[in-house]
Amino acid sequence: MLGSGLIKGLAVTAKNFVGSFHDPERLVTLEYPEQPAKVAENYRNFPFLVSESADDPMGTLRCVACQICEKECPPQCIYIEKSKAKKPDANGKLQLFPAVFDIDISVCMSCQICVEVCPFDAIKMDQHFEIAESDRFNALLLRREQLAKPNSYFHQIHPTEAAQVDAMLAEAARKAAAAAAAKAAAPKPAASAPAPAAGSTRLAAAQSPAARPAPPAAAPRTEPAPPPSNPA
Amino acid sequence: MIAIVTASERLAERWPLMVRDLVTGGLPEPWRWLANSLIAILVILLAFATLFALLTLAERKLLGRVQNRPGPNRTGLPFTGLRLGGLGQPLADGIKMLTKEDIVPRSADHVLHFLAPVALLAFSILTFAVIPYGRHLVPVELDAAVLYFFAAGAATELAIFMAGWASRNKYSLLAAMRALAQLISYELPLLLSIVPVVMLAGTLSTTAIVEAQGGWTAGVIPHWHLLTPWGFAGFIIFLISALAESNRSPFDLPEAESELIAGHLTEYSGFKYALFFMAEYFGMCALCGMGVTLFLGGWQAPFAFLEFIPSYLWFTLKLLALLFTFIWIRATFPRLRIDQLTRLAWKFLVPLALVNLANAAFWSLTRDWSGALQLVRWAIALALVVVPFVLIGRQLTAGIAPRTYRYA
Ligand code: SF4
Ligand code: SF4
Repeated sequence: MLGSGLIKGLAVTAKNFVGSFHDPERLVTLEYPEQPAKVAENYRNFPFLVSESADDPMGTLRCVACQICEKECPPQCIYIEKSKAKKPDANGKLQLFPAVFDIDISVCMSCQICVEVCPFDAIKMDQHFEIAESDRFNALLLRREQLAKPNSYFHQIHPTEAAQVDAMLAEAARKAAAAAAAKAAAPKPAASAPAPAAGSTRLAAAQSPAARPAPPAAAPRTEPAPPPSNPA
Repeated sequence: MIAIVTASERLAERWPLMVRDLVTGGLPEPWRWLANSLIAILVILLAFATLFALLTLAERKLLGRVQNRPGPNRTGLPFTGLRLGGLGQPLADGIKMLTKEDIVPRSADHVLHFLAPVALLAFSILTFAVIPYGRHLVPVELDAAVLYFFAAGAATELAIFMAGWASRNKYSLLAAMRALAQLISYELPLLLSIVPVVMLAGTLSTTAIVEAQGGWTAGVIPHWHLLTPWGFAGFIIFLISALAESNRSPFDLPEAESELIAGHLTEYSGFKYALFFMAEYFGMCALCGMGVTLFLGGWQAPFAFLEFIPSYLWFTLKLLALLFTFIWIRATFPRLRIDQLTRLAWKFLVPLALVNLANAAFWSLTRDWSGALQLVRWAIALALVVVPFVLIGRQLTAGIAPRTYRYA
C-alpha cells in the first residue's frame, strides 16, 4: 500500500535513535582527545631509535653510527656524527655510537627506507602521531634524546615485528656463541674464520643468551650487508 | 477538598495573568492595554527565541542519534568549563552569526535585500498571536483567528520571493520561484485540511476550537479531532502540508544544497541569514502550535485525571512532540523532486482533502446517531478515509512502484 515504505523508513530511524541510547556499541564516534585514538598495529609514521634499556637510553642505543641510513634516506633528513671514542654495547663489545643523531621530521616522508637498510635493527618506525608543535624549526628537528625509545616500547607498538626482531637477534647471538665455542675448542686450524674481536665473542658466549631476549648485534650477521665501518 | 484542588488549579492556571496584572494594574485603561500587549509580545518572543535556540541544538543532536553519532557535545557554557552536552552551542552559533561580515551583492536591490528577512520574521512572529497557549493564555482573541493565522503565514512566501528577487542571483531566483510554486501548491491542501475543523467546531476562533475538543469519553478517551476518522486524515494532510509550508525536509527544495547552493539564502550572510533561519523555525513552531490547537486538543489534558497539570504545560508537551516528529521525518526521508512535490500536492493531497471535507460533513450531519447507528457512522466515516486513500494511491503508483534496480 502507498505509504508503507514511509512507515518502514520511520521505523528504521526510530530504531537507530533508541538504539543509540541503550546500546553504546552503535556509536562509532571516538571522542578523540579524551579517548585515545586506536591505531592499527601496522600503522607507522616516523622513525625512532631503539635502545636496550629504558633507564639509560643514550648508553644502550643499538645504533653504531654506521651512517647507512643517512646515506639512503631519500630526502636526506638524517644527520649523524660518529663518536670519537668507542664504548661497549649491550654485549660488551666496543662500538662507535652516534654522538649526534638528528631526524628532521618536517622533511621525513615516512618511507621507512632507513628501517629497511639498517643492519643492526637500530631504527624502527614509531606510532606517535600527536606531533603538532608551535615552533616549526627546532621542535620538529628531533635529537637522539627524543628519538631514543626502549625496546619494550617497540614491543608495545609493534608486538609481532618486535618478537621477530628479537628472535633473529637471539639466533644470531647463539650462532656466534657456538662459533666462538667451536673456535676455542679447536686449537689453531681456522684462523681465517670471520671472527670478530675474540674478547667480545668470549664475553658473549659467557653470557646466557636466554637471560636477555635481545642481545644486539654483537656478532656479525649473515643476512644483511656487513657494516662497512664495523671496527672489526 | 475539591474546592481546594480547583482553587490551586486556578492558581496554577492563572498565575501568569496575575503577575501581569500586578505589574500593569496601576496604569489607566488604554495604557494598561498597551502594557499588557507589550508584555505578551515580550514573553512570546523570549519563549520562542529560547525554544528556537534549543531546537537547533536538539535537532542536531537528534539527527546525530538517528545516524548513531553523539551529535554536538563539545561547546560548553562560556567561562564555566561546564560542557552540559553541548548546551553552549546555540550561544556560540549566535555569536558567530552576529560577528560575521554582512555582505550585500553590489547589483542587488539593497532595500528589498534588507527588507526580505525582516518581513519574513515579522510575518512569522505575527502568527504566534492567535495560538491559545493555555486555558487563559491567548495573546489576541480574534473571532477569525484561524483565517488570520493562515493569512499571516501565507505572507511569508512573499518575503521569500522578495529575497530571491532582490539578491540578483540565478540560484536565488530559481529557488524563489520553486518556493512560490511549492508554497502555493501546498497552501491548498493545508487550508482544505483545516476546513473540516472549522466546520465541525462552527467557529474560526482558536479558543472556541480548543474548547470544542474538551471532555472525555469514560475519562480516558479525549474528544480531540485527531481521534475521529476525518480528523485523523485531516491531521495527516495537515502535517504533510505543514512540512512543505515550513520548507522542511523532505520538502526543502527551495534550499536544495545539491542543486541551488543555498537557494534564496545564497546571497545572505551574517545576521540576516540568522534571521531567515529563525523565521523558518518560528514558522515551524507556529504551524506545529496550530496543529496542536486544531487537531490535538490544544491545551486539553489527554486524560481526565491528568487535568491537574497546568494547561500550558500540556500545550508545550504536545508542541514539542510535534516538533520532534518534524525532526524525525527530516532524519528519515530524502528530498523530493519538484515534479514529485507538485504531483503529491495536486493529485494526492487535494483530492483526499476534498473527500475528507465530505467526510466531515457526513460526520457533522450524523451527530445525533447513537447506539448501533454510531457503529455504522464510524464504519462509513472510516471507509470514506481508507477507500479513497487506497484507490488514489493505487492509481498514482501504477506503473511506478515497486521500482527495480538493475546494475550493469
Ligand atoms: S623514513 Fe624515509 S625519509 Fe624518514 S628518515 Fe627514514 S629514510 Fe628518511
Ligand atoms: S643504519 Fe642503523 S646502525 Fe647505521 S647509523 Fe642508521 S640507525 Fe644507526
